[in-house]
Amino acid sequence: MANSAMEALTGEVALTWQDRFPFLQGMARFLRDLIGDKMALIGAIIVLLVILSAITAPYIAPYDPTTQDIRNRLQPPTWSSATGAQVHLLGTDQLGRDLLSRIIHGGRVSLAVALTVTAVAGGFGIFWGLVSGYFGGRVDDIIMRIVDVQTAFPGLLLAMAIITMIGPNIQNIIIVLSINGWMVYARIARGIMLALREMEYMQAARAIGCGHLRMIFRHALPNMVSPLITLATLEMARIILAEASLSFLGMGIQPPQASWGLMVAEGHKYITVAWWVIAFPGLAIAITVFGVNLVAAWLRTVTDPEQRIKRIAGVSGAS
Amino acid sequence: MVVFVVTHALGDPARLMLPLEATEEEVDAFRHAMGFDDPLYEQFFRFAKGAIRGDFGDSLWQRVPALSLVIERMPASFLLSLTAIVLAIGISIPLGIFASLRPRSLLDQFCTALSLTGICVPAFWLGIMLIILFAVKYRLFYTSGYGTWRHLVLPAIALAALPLGRITQIVRSSMMDELHRQYIKTARGKGLAERTVILRHALKNAAIPIVTLAAWELTRMLAGYTVMVEAVFAWPGFGLLAVQAIERHDLPVIQADVFVVALIVVVMNISIDLLYGSLDPRVRIRG
Repeated sequence: MANSAMEALTGEVALTWQDRFPFLQGMARFLRDLIGDKMALIGAIIVLLVILSAITAPYIAPYDPTTQDIRNRLQPPTWSSATGAQVHLLGTDQLGRDLLSRIIHGGRVSLAVALTVTAVAGGFGIFWGLVSGYFGGRVDDIIMRIVDVQTAFPGLLLAMAIITMIGPNIQNIIIVLSINGWMVYARIARGIMLALREMEYMQAARAIGCGHLRMIFRHALPNMVSPLITLATLEMARIILAEASLSFLGMGIQPPQASWGLMVAEGHKYITVAWWVIAFPGLAIAITVFGVNLVAAWLRTVTDPEQRIKRIAGVSGAS
Repeated sequence: MVVFVVTHALGDPARLMLPLEATEEEVDAFRHAMGFDDPLYEQFFRFAKGAIRGDFGDSLWQRVPALSLVIERMPASFLLSLTAIVLAIGISIPLGIFASLRPRSLLDQFCTALSLTGICVPAFWLGIMLIILFAVKYRLFYTSGYGTWRHLVLPAIALAALPLGRITQIVRSSMMDELHRQYIKTARGKGLAERTVILRHALKNAAIPIVTLAAWELTRMLAGYTVMVEAVFAWPGFGLLAVQAIERHDLPVIQADVFVVALIVVVMNISIDLLYGSLDPRVRIRG
């Protein structure tokens, strides 16, 4: 019945390209917004560059990240090859490895960990948050108490303790950081679910006999995508920092693999002689997190209608 | 309980604590001496009984009660965290207020840049950079250790950067919200001095989110965020103790440390809830 009504409608009205391709129109608006906002554009460019360099790391890195060259260890950054020696744009580390190449390769680890943890923790947290908010009652009580208890725990110390027990490697870091990070998704998803559950369209869906799964994933989930994406972006910035911190303490990525946090830790011993070994990996962390944060802030303003109006009207905090 | 599960269920504690070259007989003997060969529920019962009385067993490394080791380290961590939070609040409140008074001014932009930097820069890296600049190059402060105020300055700055950034942003945005309200116009209309309007009226009403965030930041620091900074500056707090205990696989100390920190977090959370009541009359309605 609904279909025939649609056919009748489309038969009469001439469609513009916007109607035909709502997705393209959305993209166009998306891009216009992005270019209009200077800070967001900077953030997006940074994030894109980091992602690109991570993907193409083996091709764009000037040297192999693990090849040692003891004769040229702790070389300061050079921009010219006047000496005829090999050029190391950002210098070399304590084993003569090229810093720039290691930073480019280190970015792969950081991004891979951040993306996986966001997917795992996000998926897990959102699922239980949806279940909790949808069913309410005792289910809600139990899930939210678990979230509360885990939030009260010192996450970082616990993560370190678990890592010691199960051994430091990439999988375990992902597991530990996911265990640490799912609660916030559960809370947000539950909060939105509680509001959605009372809406009329949800009750209508219920009334025509949708099952629980369909209600949750087909009717509720699509309506909370934008706040969840914003949250996931913010969390990604946090996870990049967390992975760097764990690696810095020697409980993350292990040598000879390159990770930004680990590189800072390795350079720590040469603090008095070679500042560049420490400075550049740290800068890489800071700039990446900066870019991700800018993108997250922008996503929030674009996807939140209230913020959007504020921005377009050019006023903030109307009384 | 979580502590117990993590430390017992995820690996063989006896294997972890002994050196790699220990023979199978040695491992067995040690396991027996520590009671690790008893059934798990019996071990858990013993652990829980001890934990309630504050007894986590002796440190495997120093042969003194684990809890006393942790408590010994508490003043250093508290001193560092409190200094950092006072520093962060002391700078961010005036900065945030000035920024909110002149949105989009040069000061406002500087403010945003500063807080973004604070949020994005990893604390451990900032700590090392500060050491390179102020301890190695200019020799103004000590690179590491504990004792005088010259030891305290650099770690406190490194730790304060993140809360500074976050608090400045919240001060700015909540002050901007308050300054647009009607009562501010009334107060100005009454002819009150601008100073009074800003500090007594607007700031007081903007205080709730600011205090919440500041308290939360302090909790976060005590909940283990100090670890990085303590590790960089060899600051003898319980964060450094945790790192050392983990490196030595000193199980009782790890358990005691996590337990104490969790306790601190719970106490902090309760205090924050109580603090709400005194700040916001609306929370007090049915006390």
